Amino acid sequence: MFNFGQWTAAFNNWLMGLGTPEWLGITIECVLIAVLILLTYTVLALFYILYERKLCAWFQCRLGPMRVGPWGLLQVFADMFKILIKELISLKDTDRFLFKLAPYIIITSSVVMLACLPWGNGLQIINWNIGIFFVLAVSSVGVLGILLAGWASNNKYTLIGAMRSGAQMVSYELSLGLSIITIVVMAGTMNINELVLEQANGWFIFKGHIPAIIACIIYIIAATAETNRGPFDLPEAEHELTAGYHTEYSGIHFGFFYLAEYLNLFIVSGIASLMFLGGWMPFHIPGWEGFNAVMNWIPSIVWFVGKAFFISFVIIWFKWTFPRVRIDQMLSFEWKYLMPFSLANLLLMTLCVAFGWHF
Amino acid sequence: MNLLLEIGNGVLSITAMLTGIGLVFAALLIARLISPRSFSVKKSEPYECGIPTRGESMIQFKAGYYIFAILFLIFDVETVFLYPWSVVMRGLGPQGILCIAIFMFVLILGLAYAWRKGALKWE
Repeated sequence: MFNFGQWTAAFNNWLMGLGTPEWLGITIECVLIAVLILLTYTVLALFYILYERKLCAWFQCRLGPMRVGPWGLLQVFADMFKILIKELISLKDTDRFLFKLAPYIIITSSVVMLACLPWGNGLQIINWNIGIFFVLAVSSVGVLGILLAGWASNNKYTLIGAMRSGAQMVSYELSLGLSIITIVVMAGTMNINELVLEQANGWFIFKGHIPAIIACIIYIIAATAETNRGPFDLPEAEHELTAGYHTEYSGIHFGFFYLAEYLNLFIVSGIASLMFLGGWMPFHIPGWEGFNAVMNWIPSIVWFVGKAFFISFVIIWFKWTFPRVRIDQMLSFEWKYLMPFSLANLLLMTLCVAFGWHF
Repeated sequence: MNLLLEIGNGVLSITAMLTGIGLVFAALLIARLISPRSFSVKKSEPYECGIPTRGESMIQFKAGYYIFAILFLIFDVETVFLYPWSVVMRGLGPQGILCIAIFMFVLILGLAYAWRKGALKWE
């Protein structure tokens, strides 16, 4: 497979070869990385807005956005521009500092998570040896932003929305973490790059058979709840709570929550594809040499992004298939079913690894 | 494979964080430059549900959320203990599995206690 690391190494050598001092080189590279992250972030957000709107439309037998640009492709740009030119209304009695701090926390946590994802062979920015744990830790910081937004808005509905969201996100984080631990037990590493390389001879969902498939299902359910989507969108249940925790935000302030929501959808899908579907590893069937060669020919970045989009499709599909759950159903589903199941699944996986029952 | 061969992950994480902060800051700056501004008393009132707000909004709310937050705290700390074990699990042999089985039994006992006490019931 083509290693994108060659490009970055070549660039690094070229920069050093010019005789740039080390601090300048590091600064230039950091700035380039920042620009790259920003570009990826905005392009992904724009794509996801169109992706979701089109999919939602098709699930409801509608056409979706069609007027602006060919096939509605320019709709998202129009939306973004509209949101930028809207007035930022400053409200009285809000906790001004926390009100303005909340979007910073939410966006920053999603940007850092995005930088941890393995985009392709050698295309990864942050690569801690505790990678996946770091991602989970950063994702739980995002909850703080939502709680702050709801509390600081001086609005009873946002407060209820934020509290629901907080309770939901912290609850489902447990099964999310446990299903990831299940895979870490099998892989024996938390480094994201090594996790992907471990799957060179088979994705974890095939290698770990029954426990890995259960973990994958638990992960996707928990991820749906973690991103406040689908049947678990009660923090922003529009019939009860106006718009949930971001009711009082206007203009681009609201846009930040919107952006972070779509980016979080991509990030949870990316982690699912990394943990279960092999990250950027191509699909191989043992023995089919020609087929494997064709699969190897597809660039690694296409594999990763394709898998992530597929998981996002499934999560968007949930939204139009299941009715919204009530809060008591949501909490009892997590604590009485998902949690015990994921603990039992972890034990099952431990036994599988101990007795060598996995591939 | 690291993008920057010499730069540590700490610097890269800080770069990503600064990028996030910069994104919000820049977008806010652009919005402030091109968006209209006007002031009126009515506009600065919270929207809430459409009618004027009654009383304070930063109020006490349902205690049930706190119970779930506390439960989460207990179980989250316990999952944090599971992470290091999960990495070295292969090297520990049967003793490691036995220890973690006991640990998880205690964990499930805690969940069962909370369940029995009615902490998981939402009313």
